Amino acid sequence: MPPNILGVVKMELDSLYQEVILDHYKHPQHKGLNSTFDAQVHHVNTSCGDEVTLNINLDGYCITSLSWDGQGCSISQASVSMMSDLLTGKTLEEAAFIVKNFIDLMGSKGTSIGDPLILEDAVAFAGVSKFPGRVKCALLGWMAYKDVAIQAQAKN
Amino acid sequence: MSISVSQIRKDFPIFERTVRGGKSLVYLDSGATSQKPISVIEAESNFYKLHNAAAHRGAHQLAEEATDAYEGARQIVADFLAAPGGADEIIFTKSATESLNLLAYAMGNAPIGNRFALERGDRIVVTEMEHHANLVPWQQLASRTGADLAWFGITDEGRLDLSNIDEIITRNTKIVSLTHQSNVLGTINPLSEIITRAHEVGAIVILDACQSVPHMAVNVETLGIDFLAFSGHKSLGPTGVGILWGRKDLLDELPPFLYGGSMVRSVDMTGATWSAVPQKFEAGVPNMAQAVGLGEALTYLTQLGMDNVSAHEHALTGYLLEKMSFISDLTVVGPTKNLSRGGAISFTLGNIHPHDVGQYLDSQGVAVRTGHHCAWPLAKRMQVPATTRASLYIYNDESDCDVLIEAIQGASKYFGSR
Repeated sequence: MPPNILGVVKMELDSLYQEVILDHYKHPQHKGLNSTFDAQVHHVNTSCGDEVTLNINLDGYCITSLSWDGQGCSISQASVSMMSDLLTGKTLEEAAFIVKNFIDLMGSKGTSIGDPLILEDAVAFAGVSKFPGRVKCALLGWMAYKDVAIQAQAKN
Repeated sequence: MSISVSQIRKDFPIFERTVRGGKSLVYLDSGATSQKPISVIEAESNFYKLHNAAAHRGAHQLAEEATDAYEGARQIVADFLAAPGGADEIIFTKSATESLNLLAYAMGNAPIGNRFALERGDRIVVTEMEHHANLVPWQQLASRTGADLAWFGITDEGRLDLSNIDEIITRNTKIVSLTHQSNVLGTINPLSEIITRAHEVGAIVILDACQSVPHMAVNVETLGIDFLAFSGHKSLGPTGVGILWGRKDLLDELPPFLYGGSMVRSVDMTGATWSAVPQKFEAGVPNMAQAVGLGEALTYLTQLGMDNVSAHEHALTGYLLEKMSFISDLTVVGPTKNLSRGGAISFTLGNIHPHDVGQYLDSQGVAVRTGHHCAWPLAKRMQVPATTRASLYIYNDESDCDVLIEAIQGASKYFGSR
């Protein structure tokens, strides 16, 4: 991280762009769509054009794989990467709990630091909740997950 | 006379505040909306404080004053655009978007025999650089009427490709609607060839002037167009007011869009007849305070002189384009030569996403817009998912450009070195 020469504003910016977020942006996990899947969704932030395609594979109620492709800002792309990492291997019920926790964190307007026992690395997005214009970036992948989970269950 | 930015900034209260922990505001987002001089803020406020009543209604002094203020603003707009038919050719809407929709819906209401009636086989022409507000209404009108939609493509530099003009504007073309100046590329479109060809085939020409009227002298008569739309809030005026100008004879023939109070000549239980223009297109109590504020805004611009405004912006655009040319990973999306282009400059910065660039610039007090700027097909054509856009106006100077350049370099370092 560069030296903190710009003071408070720089710290605000660093609280948005946590190291782990930029790591996921530069080295996205689970990126590249599985050729077979139980459901697929494509979500777009119409106001900015950021987009994600998300595939889900289920074994009963267990998420065996989430794979995705997309383009957009560091926040949206890192978020879908971290979400895929976090939810793979979880049951649908566990995943729903985690997703709700993340959505609540994004609505916290900077008042919550997030629960690392539930969200693990995704607590790094807590700083995003202070920037109302970026919350929808962070939520793009998670909203896509909610959609794809419903579609996969409807099909199975 | 040239423009004194330091004098102008004193007229704009917003520049007294700071942003993001004490940073001076470097406002480079006038393409989205302009800041407002105190005279406009006071004109709007004074209307409410002193004259508020429903214009064209009410048998009392305040109603007279409100009507005078509202109609006075209409005259100012007519003078500003040099409307040949005077104030009757000026219609107040809530936005330029509404102005364009008004045209599209009114034309859709035209009965067979009316010159605006469209049918299968007719054509509507736009360009690939249109703002959604001058694209989607025409797509919808085409689908409602069975007309087909055609468009001018764009060169890699971001200019209109007019090489196939006769194939685009065909004999059955009824409407040609295009932007005067691209809100993304900054390109100022050459109009004369398009207007000549459009009129040759009997089509009307509609100009989306949202990015030109605030920035250069626009004389509707000299241009030779038929309709023009612009927004108040991009022209130093309040939000909630837009303008539609049209030639008197065309407005006379165009059917109404919104029906209701004050747009009728007579009503009985089975039908109604319409008032003369402009009232025919102004149903309901209008946004009077905003119209008055817009009148004050155009007066402010007139006092500066629109030729001075455009000369100032042209010089500043040249300055910024040159500074940008020295940043190796910066690519301008749009003309890089300061010729027939205005002060909206979109760019990409290496592979750093524009939202991230914009966020960093914001941390330095620099306000820009990022995204596709409501011109999604254009972004696709230019093969960029999004851009960062700096847009210049009368209150910007070279020091603003310098801060921007430094902040862009800072963004490169911030996202590159981590």
